[in-house]
Amino acid sequence: MIGLVDCNNFYVSCERVFQPRLEGLPVGVMSNNDGCVIARSNELKALGVEMGTPAFELQQWVNQGRIHLLSSNYELYGDMSARVREVLEEFSAGVEPYSIDEMFVRFDGFDTATTQALARTLYRNVRQFTGIPVCVGVAPTRTLAKLANRAAKKLPEFQGVCVMHADGDDTRRLLERTALGDVWGVGRRLVERLAIQGIETAWDLRLADPKTIRRRYSVTLERTVRELQGTPCIELNDDSEPRQRIMTSRSFGRLTGELGELQDAIRQHAQRGAEKLRQQDSHARAVLVFLKTNRHRPDLPQYSPSVVVELPEPTDDSRPILAAAQQGLEVIYRRGYRFMKAGVMLLDLVDVNREQLSLLDTPEREAQRERDHKLMTTLDELNGKMGKGTVRLGVPRKNAAWHLRCAHRTPRWTTQWSELPNAQAGYKKPR
Amino acid sequence: MRDPEIRHPHPAPPYRALPHPLATIRAGISGFPSPAEDYVGRTLDLNERLVKRPAATFFMTVTGDSMVEFGIQDGDTLVVDRSIDARPGHIVVALVDGEVIVKRYEMIGKRPYLCSGNSQYAPIPLANLDCQVWGVVRSVIHEYAV
Repeated sequence: MIGLVDCNNFYVSCERVFQPRLEGLPVGVMSNNDGCVIARSNELKALGVEMGTPAFELQQWVNQGRIHLLSSNYELYGDMSARVREVLEEFSAGVEPYSIDEMFVRFDGFDTATTQALARTLYRNVRQFTGIPVCVGVAPTRTLAKLANRAAKKLPEFQGVCVMHADGDDTRRLLERTALGDVWGVGRRLVERLAIQGIETAWDLRLADPKTIRRRYSVTLERTVRELQGTPCIELNDDSEPRQRIMTSRSFGRLTGELGELQDAIRQHAQRGAEKLRQQDSHARAVLVFLKTNRHRPDLPQYSPSVVVELPEPTDDSRPILAAAQQGLEVIYRRGYRFMKAGVMLLDLVDVNREQLSLLDTPEREAQRERDHKLMTTLDELNGKMGKGTVRLGVPRKNAAWHLRCAHRTPRWTTQWSELPNAQAGYKKPR
Repeated sequence: MRDPEIRHPHPAPPYRALPHPLATIRAGISGFPSPAEDYVGRTLDLNERLVKRPAATFFMTVTGDSMVEFGIQDGDTLVVDRSIDARPGHIVVALVDGEVIVKRYEMIGKRPYLCSGNSQYAPIPLANLDCQVWGVVRSVIHEYAV
């Protein structure tokens, strides 16, 4: 069985851990560079505020004190994400971060009752230890685990934890209630095409013949069908994996502690990630860099850090992405550890076509953007024709000009000594 | 308040070295070192002493003078562990009226209170008070000007 632990409204929840007065209020987190909503509390969603809404449209509500908008605090989110992962790692050696706020956890070799109890413990402990509320979905495959997680989140009867088996009435009922568009990796266009065939729910798709699906649609969708039937066939990091975020990582052939080797690996991953971004017409807002030592070598000191670096603006340009990744690596690298794996994750993706142009845009910047775009297209063409990695970027110079507008950023409570939260000793009960 | 009856439901995880290894990190040259075995001959690491569960440990700065008799001064740094369930006698960080406060959790008679270490501050009864424990204070760091 595989579990998916998904943090509820992660960025907002991170803020609330240190600002309890935001609990229960409509809260949004804004990107620093272009001022769009990138995370919402349930209360803000209920007011009808969509992802990507520009801050100026909400200014009136802010002034009236109806809603609270904060600048993104990626240092905090990165640290809290690492804490969540660490709590999960106390339970399982098989923890794979899927994005900054979602992690897959292996639950192998337990009976149903134990699985249920363990999932409940994870649910409780992550909340207590880190302050971040999560939902837990456990199922035989990743696709079903995603659906189980969704059920745990949306349906109150599960109280945040849903263990789903491949077969059984409960599974059937749940799949029948699940619209196709909510299945992992089934996009809008596919939903329309499948509807013509009378396939409208996850259950319909599960009943479809995998071979026919493969012929008519794709191998990817065939895998989804098999996963819905309970046969695991999607691994993270392979090309069939649906992309709401992009991760590139690989294990080293042998353990290494050499900074040079790590830099090389991170450069490759960042560049590959940027290519994937361009292929799917997305821009990323932030870059997460992680390293991992070998958990199965308890004789070696363990250190599996990660950090999030915000990009100067949403981009698919390899150069700023590479620079951010290298900057992140420098922050987390420590000598004396032998790392097994290094990786780069591109976060908070935004569709290029739906992206708002920055208010700071000028004709000069527009021209620069054109040139950058051409350069990247050429880069991809060369690498496409002559083999991956034919043209690579060097390690960029440090870019000191990365000043971001983050007027409403909360303090970096957990990563800066000078910005620790206060605990009032002087509190008296008001009379 | 969390249930004061439950004791140690979360045993500490095995100690994992924090990211400050020193050159002499392991002396386990002969045979296979056991993971439980202490690293020998390593310079002492304060993290190891003060931070039992890194994922659940947060630092906070104290403001105010109500806790001086417990050795907590204005400006000190608290080491707060969220993985401990609060019991009477613990110094806790608690949420009251949307404020983050530090007090001692005590039973007076059979009723729970948040108490101060300063006679100027009366104990705050928890009955009818919206109060949540945020974490338990494991230690306090007081730095002197040098």
